[in-house]
Amino acid sequence: MSALTNDMRTATGVITRSNTGIPSSRLAMWFLLGGEVLIFGGLLVSYMMGRLAHPEWAEEAHHTATTIGFINAIILLTSDLFVVMAHADAQRKDGASAAKNIMITVALGLAFLVIKGFEYSHEISAGLTIHKSVFWAYYYLITGIHGSHIVVGIIALTLVARTAKRGEQLQRVETAGIYWHFVDMVWLIVFPLLYIAK
Amino acid sequence: MGSSHHEPTFTEKYIFPLDHKNIGLQYLLTAMFMACVGGFLAYVFRMKLAWADAPVPLVGDVDGGLYNSMVTMHGTVMIFWVAMPTLIAAFGNFLIPLMIGADDMAFPRLNRLSYQIFLLSAIILIASFFVPGGSASGAWTFYPPLNSSKIVDGVVEMHNGGVYWGGNLWILAVALEFASFLLGGINFMTTTLNLRTKGMGLFQMPMSLWMINIASLVFALSVGPLVAGAIMMLSDRMVGTGFFNPELGGDPVLFQHLFWFFGHPEVYVVLLPALGFFADIIPVFARKPFFGYRIVVYFTLFLGALSFIVWAHHQFQAGIDPRMANYFTITTIIISIPFGVMLFALILSLYGGSIRFTVPMLWAISGVAEFLVGGITGIHLGTSASDIYFHDNYFVVAHFHYTLFPATFFGAFAAITFWFPKWFGRHLNEGLGKLHWMLTVVFFNGIFIPLFITGLNGQHRRIYDYKAWDEMNTPAQHNLNVIATICLLGLLATQLVFLLNFFRSWASGPKATANPYNATTLEWAAASPPPHGNFDKVLTVYRGPHEYSVPGAKEDFSPQWIQ
Ligand code: HEM
Ligand SMILES: [Cu+2]
Repeated sequence: MSALTNDMRTATGVITRSNTGIPSSRLAMWFLLGGEVLIFGGLLVSYMMGRLAHPEWAEEAHHTATTIGFINAIILLTSDLFVVMAHADAQRKDGASAAKNIMITVALGLAFLVIKGFEYSHEISAGLTIHKSVFWAYYYLITGIHGSHIVVGIIALTLVARTAKRGEQLQRVETAGIYWHFVDMVWLIVFPLLYIAK
Repeated sequence: MGSSHHEPTFTEKYIFPLDHKNIGLQYLLTAMFMACVGGFLAYVFRMKLAWADAPVPLVGDVDGGLYNSMVTMHGTVMIFWVAMPTLIAAFGNFLIPLMIGADDMAFPRLNRLSYQIFLLSAIILIASFFVPGGSASGAWTFYPPLNSSKIVDGVVEMHNGGVYWGGNLWILAVALEFASFLLGGINFMTTTLNLRTKGMGLFQMPMSLWMINIASLVFALSVGPLVAGAIMMLSDRMVGTGFFNPELGGDPVLFQHLFWFFGHPEVYVVLLPALGFFADIIPVFARKPFFGYRIVVYFTLFLGALSFIVWAHHQFQAGIDPRMANYFTITTIIISIPFGVMLFALILSLYGGSIRFTVPMLWAISGVAEFLVGGITGIHLGTSASDIYFHDNYFVVAHFHYTLFPATFFGAFAAITFWFPKWFGRHLNEGLGKLHWMLTVVFFNGIFIPLFITGLNGQHRRIYDYKAWDEMNTPAQHNLNVIATICLLGLLATQLVFLLNFFRSWASGPKATANPYNATTLEWAAASPPPHGNFDKVLTVYRGPHEYSVPGAKEDFSPQWIQ
């Protein structure tokens, strides 16, 4: 345990304590992601159990667009690189550069969503709708929930970029970055399960 | 978050407070209101069970649909809108900063948001009674296909587009409640880990804090799969997918797994804080340290871990693989070991003490005793062979009320009567408190002992009128049901004594000093009631939380904050 800073907000103004040595915002983010892991875990395990019980779903899985899913995986992995660079900027107290790197991340996130949108519309016009079978219901639900996390990440990163640009609240770059890494990692699990396992 | 601690205005204090104590108070009052709602629902269906042919006073005729709606909402309200907000949110908020010597939570604004989400969820739940088709009525466990089909919530005409509002609002309300408690729990755990004052190591913390935090962690880690299940359920109901619909290639038992993966840990989420309160209250009135502090902490962690691998004991009758049933029988029975340790520790904490039967102490001791009945009957249910008979009959109902009622109400009353002087700066009336305690204990047992018997005789828990079953429609069964219902009426009336005592003492009870019980934990170092910001100086902790009757000490209590 690191040295305790024991001044309180009451007695001597604003002081943040951190008995663990981990800033509270990062600690809270880890707890949040712990909960998120279980949400995606529940979905994905349900899907896998269904897949084991229904060999015929493999037939359906043939129609997922592997190339597009792969391109999207590359896009998210690239965006991770920029989040890492933004974090490095923040540690050097270079808020402007951090903001720039975050906005590149946001742009890549938007590209992911646009591509995903094209993929959906293509599938729906080919008759592969959410009603077609339970496989497709899982497909839309899992990618949809993942996509909504991308949307939340984009909003959070944009807000963080605004303060970071002014050099304020730089610790938020790391907190938002952890979240973004998590969302990207989920795609790296979703992608093989829905696109590669034919 | 401001550095200056000006005294808050009325709006800042009661409507949109940031102070953890006032947010706790909001949770407490909301939960008290919801407890009245939940109690009223129990009144409706118990009246029906005792006198099936008579209209229920204040309500009128109760048909099967209304009966199901009452039972469903009773379970939902009591677990999610009474037990959790009282034990975890209200007392978690009030106690955590005070007991660790902090001035507030790590994230006060997140804390306020958690309450607001919770309040919204309560409003939505109440509103669901008044939508076309009525509230959800497929049991608090919300099993498909019953709950994913249109019959259960009535109003078939609304099916165009698939909208059955009662059930949908139920899912929405529960989802918001989960979000609120997830955020709240993250705040609690972060606060406890990071804001402890100098010298307050984890093993210097009062048991309440261990228990509230372990409960928060177990909740955060178990709720995810049910969130996934709720989204799938909503999609089945509103979009028409078939995740849980065998006709469309789905699997209804999957939902049961997702539900109980959460549902079983959830019952410990409710139980643990209450055991924590008992463990902190008993030493104060036995003037003796809590027995086996570290061992109990370790076994509670073990219990928390085990709670994730026992869930299918709720599904022995759902057609699961018998080999799987064996596995879940074994893990379930192993659970009795940590429970045994915890209960023996609580009992041994009394041994050789100089016991004072104050009101909180009475609640704590009787809470342990009643809970024992629930734990022991759990073993009969956890064994798949005997559960094949017991499943879904009143034996199960009596079992879980002997666990949840002591946890929720004995736990809450112990905590409220114990910390009332700190929270409101005034004392409750001891005589009214004892009367309330005595009548509650008598009526509680009067309700549920008969139900053990009707359950043993085979009475099924989901039938509202037994006239169609000759072997159930006997005078003996009927009399037991009437006894249970009369005791329920007594129990509800008794709570008026509590409400009177609570509000009267809040307004005009005798003033309390900072440390009226000569207790040792940090909350008693603050004034009663603690001002905004809690303490007038930074505290340092020198010893463990339950140092009573230390040999060689001048007094029979050695506070944590005095060297
Ligand atoms: C040694 C401890 C325990 C064991 C072995 C145990 C076992 C069981 C089993 C096997 C069932 C399912 C019965 C059936 O549906 O056929 C059950 C139901 C239940 N138990 Fe326990 N239990 C224990 C402690 C607790 C505790 C501490 C709580 C809550 C604080 C609790 C709350 C419940 C509830 C709410 C249900 C019924 C759920 C429902 O079907 O609506 N149990 N218990
Ligand atoms: Cu269980």
